[in-house]
Amino acid sequence: MHSCVWSSRALSPALLPRLFSDTRCCGPRLDRLVLWGSVRLLATAQDSHPTPLPSQARVVICGGGIVGTSVAYHLAKLGWTEIVLLEQGRLGAGTTRLSAGIVSVAKPIAIESQMADYSNALYERLEEETGVKTGFVRTGSLCLAQNQDRFISLKRLASRLKVLGIACDVVKPKDVAKLHPLVNIHDLVGALHLPRDAVVSAPDVNHALAMAAVGHGVQIYERTSVNHVLVEKGHVTGVETERGTIECEYFVNCAGQWAYELGQSSEVKVSVPLHGCEHFYLLTKPLQEPLPPNTPVVMDMDGRIYVRAWQGGVLSGGFEKNPKPIFTEGRNQLEIQNMQEDWDHFEPMLSALLRRMPSLESCEIHQLVNCPESFTPDMRCLMGETPGVHGYFVLAGMNSSGLSFAGGAGKYLAEWMTYGYPSANVWPLDIKRFGNLQSSRTFLRHRVMEVMPLLYELKVPRWDFQTGRQLRTSPLYDRLDTQGARWMEKHGFERAKYFVPAGKDLLALDQSKTFYKPDWFDIVGAEVKCCKEAVCVIDMSSFTKFELTSSGDQALELLQRLCANDLDVPVGHIVHTGMLNERGGYENDCSVVRLSKNSFFIISPTDQQVHCWSWIKRHMPSDTQLHLEDVSWKFTALNLIGPRAMDVLSELSYVSMTPEHFPSLFCKEMSVGYANGIRVMSMTHTGEPGFMLYIPIEYALHVYNEVMAVGQKYGIRNAGYYALRSLRIEKFFAFWGQDLESFTTPLECGREFRVKFDKHTDFLGRAALLQQRQEGVTRRFIMLVLEDHDTELDLWPWWGEPIYRNRELVGVTTSSAYSYTLERHVCLGFVSPPSLDGTPAVVTPDFINRGDYEVDIAGQRYPAKAKLYPFSSLFAQQRRRKDDMELSNFQGK
Amino acid sequence: MAVTCQLFRVICGRELGQIWAPAILCQTCCQFSHPCKAANQPNAKSYPRWHLSRAYGTSAARPTYYLTPPQVNSILKANEYSFKVPEFDGKNLSSVMGFDSNQLPANAPIEDRRSAATCLQTRGMLYGVFDGHAGCACAQALSERLFYYIAVSLLPHETRVELENAVESGRPLQPILQWHKHPNDYFSREASHLYFSSLRTYWQELLDLSTAGEQPDVAEALVNAFKRLDNDISLEAQVGDANAFLHYWVLRVAFSGATACVAHVDGNDLHIANTGDGRAVLGVQEADGSFSALTLSNDHNAQNEAEVRRVRAEHPRAEAKTVVKQDRLLGLLMPFRAFGDVKFKWSIELQRRVLESGPDQLHENEHAKFIPPNYHTPPYLTAEPEIIRHRLRPQDRFLVLGSDGLWETLHRQEVVRIVGEYLTGVHQQQPITVGGYKVTLGQMQGLLQERKARISSTFEDQNAATHLIRHAVGSNEFGTVDHERLSKMLSLPEELARMYRDDITVIIVQFNPHVIGAQQK
Repeated sequence: MHSCVWSSRALSPALLPRLFSDTRCCGPRLDRLVLWGSVRLLATAQDSHPTPLPSQARVVICGGGIVGTSVAYHLAKLGWTEIVLLEQGRLGAGTTRLSAGIVSVAKPIAIESQMADYSNALYERLEEETGVKTGFVRTGSLCLAQNQDRFISLKRLASRLKVLGIACDVVKPKDVAKLHPLVNIHDLVGALHLPRDAVVSAPDVNHALAMAAVGHGVQIYERTSVNHVLVEKGHVTGVETERGTIECEYFVNCAGQWAYELGQSSEVKVSVPLHGCEHFYLLTKPLQEPLPPNTPVVMDMDGRIYVRAWQGGVLSGGFEKNPKPIFTEGRNQLEIQNMQEDWDHFEPMLSALLRRMPSLESCEIHQLVNCPESFTPDMRCLMGETPGVHGYFVLAGMNSSGLSFAGGAGKYLAEWMTYGYPSANVWPLDIKRFGNLQSSRTFLRHRVMEVMPLLYELKVPRWDFQTGRQLRTSPLYDRLDTQGARWMEKHGFERAKYFVPAGKDLLALDQSKTFYKPDWFDIVGAEVKCCKEAVCVIDMSSFTKFELTSSGDQALELLQRLCANDLDVPVGHIVHTGMLNERGGYENDCSVVRLSKNSFFIISPTDQQVHCWSWIKRHMPSDTQLHLEDVSWKFTALNLIGPRAMDVLSELSYVSMTPEHFPSLFCKEMSVGYANGIRVMSMTHTGEPGFMLYIPIEYALHVYNEVMAVGQKYGIRNAGYYALRSLRIEKFFAFWGQDLESFTTPLECGREFRVKFDKHTDFLGRAALLQQRQEGVTRRFIMLVLEDHDTELDLWPWWGEPIYRNRELVGVTTSSAYSYTLERHVCLGFVSPPSLDGTPAVVTPDFINRGDYEVDIAGQRYPAKAKLYPFSSLFAQQRRRKDDMELSNFQGK
Repeated sequence: MAVTCQLFRVICGRELGQIWAPAILCQTCCQFSHPCKAANQPNAKSYPRWHLSRAYGTSAARPTYYLTPPQVNSILKANEYSFKVPEFDGKNLSSVMGFDSNQLPANAPIEDRRSAATCLQTRGMLYGVFDGHAGCACAQALSERLFYYIAVSLLPHETRVELENAVESGRPLQPILQWHKHPNDYFSREASHLYFSSLRTYWQELLDLSTAGEQPDVAEALVNAFKRLDNDISLEAQVGDANAFLHYWVLRVAFSGATACVAHVDGNDLHIANTGDGRAVLGVQEADGSFSALTLSNDHNAQNEAEVRRVRAEHPRAEAKTVVKQDRLLGLLMPFRAFGDVKFKWSIELQRRVLESGPDQLHENEHAKFIPPNYHTPPYLTAEPEIIRHRLRPQDRFLVLGSDGLWETLHRQEVVRIVGEYLTGVHQQQPITVGGYKVTLGQMQGLLQERKARISSTFEDQNAATHLIRHAVGSNEFGTVDHERLSKMLSLPEELARMYRDDITVIIVQFNPHVIGAQQK
C-alpha cells in the first residue's frame, strides 16, 4: 500500500488528472509487485520521519526522470546491486511530467534511431513486465514533406532505417489521407510512414521503470537533493546530499535541466554542456467526433510542428524558429513548475497546425503547455564517463527526444558502466566530444537557439552551425578570410572549407542548400587540380597535438603499450598508428613523431582533444617522470600539398627537400624563412606529396607570408578542407570518427601493415587482433566508385547510404566525395557478407571482387565498382615509394 | 488653386476679413507674386480651428490615389532624429538615455521648430519645441537662440568672465552647447553675427549683475533667458539693420510669433519652461507596468482659466470683454503667451514708425499695417514662461514635448500609453491566457494574428517620435493605425493639409531609471 501512495504522489495527480485513473485501476497489481520486490522504505517529505539515506552504495544516480529511472532499471537488470536513485522533487516531476509522449525512430543518425527502436520495444513490454499501465499505443507516425528537398531527406531516412531493420514506407499524399482523417494533403509532395512508432504516457513509463527498478532492489529517495559529488584522486568517492553523505564508486548525472549546474558544483568541475529552452505544445478538448487514440502521429517538419491524438482531441507542439532560451543564470525547481504560456510565441505553430488540419479550427483549446527542454551544442545527447573524473557518468541533454532515447540510452550507459564500453558505437553521443570550451553559458545560450529550430530544419549535406563561431582560430584566420575563405567549425575551431576567388559570388547561404551538385564544385575542383599539379597551402592548425616526455624510457613504454605500431624507431621518424582498445577497435588514429629518445609528438584528429587525452591519461602510470602536455594551441600547422611543395620549401630553407634528402615520414626541425625551429614533416594526410609544417604560433604569419611569396612562381594557392577530403577519399584513406570507430579493427580496414604483432610489447588489443586474424574478418572497409551516376543531375551521396551486393543489403557507406581525378563519386564504407547459418560470415576476396554492388541514395540505386585498393594511377605522379600506402590518413572530417 | 481658394472662402466665411497676418511674414518672397495664395496662407493661431477634419471623406479635394506603405514611411521618417546618450561619459552619469524627435509638416513650409543640445559648460541637456505662427521666422530664431540665452544664464560668474575675456582677446571660445540637430534643422548664417552680439551684450550685463561664486538658480535663469530673448527680438526690429536683408529678417522675426516649451534635465532635476500652448508630459510607469501621464506644463490659452484671469487683470476693466474674445487674445491669437508678435506688444505709434522706416516690401502689403481691434493698452502679450520643477523618480520613464498639433489629435493619456508601450517593447503587451474560457483554435489564431499585425507596425519605426506621429495621424476610432487613413492624411495637397491637421513636432526624452534610482539615494 505504501507503494501505491508513493506512486500516485510521484505522478503529481493534481497536475496530471488524466493519469490518475490509470494509476488507480492498476492498484492491485502494484501491491503484488511490492510483495515480490523487496521494496525499501521510500522517503518523501510528507513522511514525518523520512527514511535515513544509506551511508554507502555502489552507484548513486541523480535524477528521477525517465532517463534516471531507465539507467537504474538497466543497471539492475545487468545485476548491479546497491543502486541508489536520488530525486530532488518527485519522480518524473521535471521535463518528463510534460513530455508529449511520442516515441519515434525518425532521428537524424543511426545510433539515435537504434536507441529509439529499443525504447519502443522496451516500453511496449513494460506493462506486461511491471503491471503498470504505460498508455502505450502503437499509432505509427507520418513524416510529411511539403517540398521535394524534404521528400529527399525522408527517403534518405527511409533507406537508413531499412539498414537497421526498422519498418517504414514512403507513401503518396493520398495514402496520408487514408491514414489520418484530418490532414490536409493538398500541399504535400509525399510522406514517410513509420508504422511502429508509438505514443505512451511518459510519467507512466517513468513510474513503470521505477517500479521495475525497485523490484530489482534499487532504492529510490525522493525530495533529496544532491549538493555535490565528492572526488578523490580523480575518482568519485561519494555524494553529499542535503540529507547526508553516501559513499559510492559511481555517480550518474541524469539531472536533465539541472545537469549543467550539478556538474559545476562537483568538487572537480564537470562540464555538461546543455542549456534549457522553452518548448510549447497545445492540448485541445475532444473533437466533436473524438479522434481515435490510434491515429498516427503527424510530423510536419516544414510546418515545424508535430501532432498526436490526445484524449479525443489533439496534442500539437513544435520547434519554432525563434526559441526562448531560459535559465541562463541558473534555475530552481519552482521555475520549472510555473512556466508561463506564451500564445504570441506559439502563433506560427498554431497557424501551421491549422494549415495542416483546417478542420481543427472549431476545436476548443484546453491548454497551452510550456515545458522546458534541454538542448546541447550539436543536437546530440550527452552520454558516458566524464573525462576528468573516473566513475562520474552523465546521461542528459536529450534535445526534446528524452522519451524516445531514454530506454536505449539507459541501456547503453548501463552496458558502458558494466563492461567499460556500450554494445554499439556511441561516439556521436559521447560526452568526451566536448570539452570545457563548450561550457560557456553565453555560447550555450546562443547555440541552443540555433539547435532547437534545427531539429525540424532540412539538413543538407555539409551544413554547419552558424552560432557560437570564431571561438578558436588560427593566427592566420584574418589573412585567409580576406582571401575568400569560407569556414566550417570543428570542436570550436574554424577551418577553411574552400576559397572563393575574388570577383566570384556564391549563392546565399539558404540557396546553397542542396542535395545535388553544390555551388562550390568548380572552386574545389580548381583547388584539387592545384594540389595535383602545383602546390597548395592548407591551414590544419585545428589538429590535436600532445607532447609526451619522460626522463627514462617510460614514454616509449607507454606508447608501445597503447599503439599497435612499433614506436621504437630512430629519432625523427613518423609512425602512423592506431590506439586500440581491448577489442582491437580504434580509440584513436594518430601520427606519432619521435622528437628525441624520450619525447614524442602525437598528432590526432581535432575532436580527439578530450577523448585521446583521457584515453592516454587512463593508461598512464602515475609516474612523476612521465609528462603529457596538450600543445595544440602552441603550433600552427600548415600543409603544403603538391609536387612543387619541395621546391618552395627548399627555396625557403636552402636545404634540398627531395625524397633522397628528406624521405617520406620524416620530421626535422629546421628554419623556414627567418623562423627557426619549425617542425617540418614529410607527410600530407592526403596521399599527395608534400609537407606538414608545425610552426610555433608567433612565426605563423611570417612563415605563411614567405611560403606564399616564394610559392607564387610555382602557382601556389590556398586550399580548404573540401579539396583535402576529395583527395583523401579517392585515395581510400579512412578517417577516425567518420570511417573508423571503436568497433573497427585495423584488419577490417586493410591496415594490418600498421600492426606490429611481433614487437616486444603486448599492446592493447593484440589478443583480439590475433584472434581476428585467425578467424578472418567479417566486415571489410571498401571503396565504391559510382558508375552511371550523373554528377549534374543525380543526388549526391553523403554518408549513411545502404550498400547492396547482388540486390542484398551488405553494408553502409561512411563517407563520400567527388573525385576530380576519376571524375566519379567515391564512397567509402563497410560491407559484411550475409550470414548463412547465424554465425557471421568471413569476407573473402571473391565477395568483394565478384558481385554487383549498388549504393542506395534516397531510394535510388546506383551501380558501383567495389575496390579494396585505390587506383594506382592516382599515385603515378609520385616517385614510387615503398610506403605509398603509408601516407597518413586521418584528418578532420 | 482656385478651387481651394474658393473652398476656403466659403468655409471661412466672414472671418476671412479678420486676417491680420501680413503676407510679408511668410517665408519666401516668391509668394508675393500670388496674392491670392498669400492671402490664404492659413494662420495657425489666428483662425478658429477647423474641426471638420474627421469628415474629409466628403471633401471636394478628396485625393484619388493612395500612398504605398514605403511612401508613407518615407514621409513620416523624413525628419526623424535619434540621439543616444552614453550612460557614463567619463565624468558624469547621465539620467537621460537618449531622445527621439520628429516633425510632420502641415503648413508649407513648416512653422514648427525643435532644438536639442547638451550644455557643455554646465551640466544638463536642453530640449525645446517651438510652434510658430504667422510664418516660421520667430520659431526659427528661437530654435537657434533660446538655448544660448539659457546656457549663458546658467553659467557661473567665473565662466562668464572667461567667456568675455576670450571674446575680448580674440581667443577661440569654449563651445557652450553641443547641438543635436537633424540635417533639416538649419541655422541662418546671415543673422549669426547679429545674434552673437546681442548674446554678448546679455552676458556682459549678467557679468555686471552677478558676483563671484554665485550659482544661478535654474528656474530664474530660464525666466530671464526667455524674457531677455523676446526683448532682444523686439529691440533688433526697432533698431533695424544696415543690411536690407537682415533688416527685413529681424522684422519678420518680430512680427511673426512662436510659443516655446523647453525642458532642462540635469541629473534628477527636470525644469519645464513653457510659454504658450506647447505641452510637456511625463510618462510614469505604474507598479503594474501600465503608464500614466503627468503633465508638467500649463497651456497658456483660453482653456486655462488662470491665464484668462491673468490677462484680464493686466488690462483695464473696460477691456475685459475684448481682451479675450472667442477664446482668443483680442479675438485673434490662440496662445496667450508668445515670443515675437510685436503687433500685440508695441504701441500703435511704434508699430507705424517701424513699418514706415522698414524695407519697401513692408509697404506693399496692406496687412502689415493692420492693427488689432480694441488695441488700447499694450502690451497684451508676454514671453515670460511658467516654470515647473519636477524631481525625477525611477518610475518616470520618459518625457514627451509636443507642439499643440500633437495634443489636439491625441489625448495625453493616449500619448503616454503609445510611447510607453513602444519603448518597453511588445513584451508588455498583455499576455493572453485562455483560463476557463471557451476559445477555439480558429478564434485564437485570428486574435494572435491581429496582435502580430499590431506589433509589426510598432517595429516599423525605430524612432518613438515617428511611432507617435504615425498614431497621431493615422489612428482610427479603434486606436490602431489604419494605413488607408494614414495614406489619405499624408497625401493631402499642401494647401489642404493645414485644415485637417497642424504641424506636429515631438521630442521624446527617455530617462535611465537605474541612474535616477541611484542618484535618489
